[in-house]
Amino acid sequence: MTRTTLYGWGRTTPSVAAVVSPSSETEVASELASSKELIARGLGRSYGDAAQLSGGTVLDNRDLDGIGAIDADGVVCVGAGTSIDELLTLSIPQGWFVPVTPGTRQVTVGGAVAADVHGKNHHVDGSFANHILEMRLITPVGAVTVSPTRDPELFWATVGGMGLTGVVSTVTMRMLRIETDQVLVDTERFSELDGVMSAMSSGDAAYRYSVAWVDCMTRGAHMGRAVLTRGDHAARGDVDAPSLRGPKAPRLFVPFNAPSGLLNPLTVKAFNEVWYRSSPRRQSGEAKSLSTFFHPLDGVRDWNRLYGRRGFVQYQFCVPDSAGDTVVGAIDRLSSSGVASFLAVLKRFGPANQGLLSFPMPGWTLALDLPVGNPALPQVLDDLDEKVLEAGGRIYFAKDARLSPDKVRAMYPQLDAFLAVKNRVDPEHRLASDLAHRLQLTGK
Amino acid sequence: MENAFGQPQNVVVLGGSSDIARAITKKLCAARANTVVLAGRSQDLLDAAAAEAHEYGATRTDTVIFDAMVPLDAGRAVGECFDKVGDKVDLVIVAVGLLGDQRAYEDDPELATRMAMVNFTWPVAALAEIRRRLVAQGSGRILVITSVAAIRVRRGAYLYSGAKAGLDRLCDGLADSLDGTGVTLQILRPAFVRSKMTTGEKETPFSTGVNEVAENVMKGLAGTERVIWSPPLVKYVFAVLRHLPAPIWRKVADR
Repeated sequence: MTRTTLYGWGRTTPSVAAVVSPSSETEVASELASSKELIARGLGRSYGDAAQLSGGTVLDNRDLDGIGAIDADGVVCVGAGTSIDELLTLSIPQGWFVPVTPGTRQVTVGGAVAADVHGKNHHVDGSFANHILEMRLITPVGAVTVSPTRDPELFWATVGGMGLTGVVSTVTMRMLRIETDQVLVDTERFSELDGVMSAMSSGDAAYRYSVAWVDCMTRGAHMGRAVLTRGDHAARGDVDAPSLRGPKAPRLFVPFNAPSGLLNPLTVKAFNEVWYRSSPRRQSGEAKSLSTFFHPLDGVRDWNRLYGRRGFVQYQFCVPDSAGDTVVGAIDRLSSSGVASFLAVLKRFGPANQGLLSFPMPGWTLALDLPVGNPALPQVLDDLDEKVLEAGGRIYFAKDARLSPDKVRAMYPQLDAFLAVKNRVDPEHRLASDLAHRLQLTGK
Repeated sequence: MENAFGQPQNVVVLGGSSDIARAITKKLCAARANTVVLAGRSQDLLDAAAAEAHEYGATRTDTVIFDAMVPLDAGRAVGECFDKVGDKVDLVIVAVGLLGDQRAYEDDPELATRMAMVNFTWPVAALAEIRRRLVAQGSGRILVITSVAAIRVRRGAYLYSGAKAGLDRLCDGLADSLDGTGVTLQILRPAFVRSKMTTGEKETPFSTGVNEVAENVMKGLAGTERVIWSPPLVKYVFAVLRHLPAPIWRKVADR
């Protein structure tokens, strides 16, 4: 047991905790019994303070690994500490892909459950929990198996529950059959926001995967210009040399923290310009590798260091379909505030699942990376919170490092139901994180 | 917990009725602070400061009384503040100080002792308890208000400035001692601030109002620099002044 300083991916708000690495359910249970407060942590890809706990015990789940055999229906049992990268390395050669992947492979399956992560296919396939058959959960009152039919309350509190109902040890899920390691991608460039939003509203249903990268720095007529990429897995006949190869290790890395001002409005504007100009106006059926399409940033290890010592926050919200103007308003506010923001990611969400604290709801989601340092930024984001709340939307806990606790209940109307389940399995409030303390999710 | 912008939610202010402390508290409450415990020597002044904190957004306030002439009581006062927060403390502000009338004090051992107690000994005792509790907590931030006068002590106020210099130097080491604990300490070095403590004093160049100081504190808390200068420019001014030969310094300081 060592005292370690832990950060989120955004490298803001460090805190110190005792880190332990259990390798069995028994060891997890004994840590739970002996700790005052505890939270599980995977690969630390939550942007804010979700996987750290000052003064408490942080359970590094990486030794709770292992991948079972994938059966003929694609059902596989994996340890919660297994990363999606490790799973794909094994599964792609056998013709299976994860049913949902976030923008990085470097998350553990346990983390994917805790945040109920979504991918570019949410409008078709829903979020991670939709593909889970059952899972083992170690709670302070004992280890249980939960599923949508076995203690469904606890199951739906755990997915999206940010690790606050227990420690997941194994997950049984159904994988997606693929014939090749390629994706056929249609790319379209739009000179303003309305164009891309209407193309997504009308056309996303025809694609399994869809995402738009939006430039939040250009003002005026070209505000919100975007590149929309949509596609589906290539069948064997679609490509000349079909193959099934797993992901490659990153070739590039950022060796040290860049100066905090490296990503400033000037450099980011220049980057966005180059990116926009170099994208094709319209291109269809281009074959891309799974990694290039799903995990472009995984090609550069430790890219978060580019934001320097002060770090950055990611702001991700979702709003219902009817509130498309909130998305427009948010991009307008950011582009006029002078806050440097790299390309924002715009996506459509399909139906929500029953996760009590699960983030997605049908409509739009926008995510932006913003360097800490501009004194206007805290207020700009607080104002955006109000707009999101008015529109009936919410903020994603896995990304958050700055939301105010008084907004959480309105954004997550099932919060009380969640806390009731949490108190049932954690009557002494042992499961907590810095995020839970900040947003008052501990149940105390 | 403090958020990514250095905006705390649970705050303890020692010397909570001072003008600078009140201006900072208001800004903190307008951002994220919801639980605020104010400590000081006068219940009436603390109640007024607490009411102000409420007005600016705090949902829970409490007060603790202490006497800065009794350093051995500092541990009790700090402990009571933490207990009244009842949760993790994100930020402790040490804003205890007394300027006084140097001329009246400088040849009086008892009054000179008083200046050292209030400006140095009590804060040092309090910091020991704050350090112990925050390190155990694994997170938190300390903001200690010293003065630009700590960088070059002036003959017209050497009792005050000298004690602040001691506190300032001590905090530099204390901040280093916190490396790896999850706790950080920042030093606020304001130039002359127009407030009730300085009423009747002659204003020096680079003087500011309390709200400007609070604004600089908010910017400082969002960053990682150990020293917060207010106004920021005095950092460079004092980089020069500290090296002036004494005869020239006396002339400059007396102006």
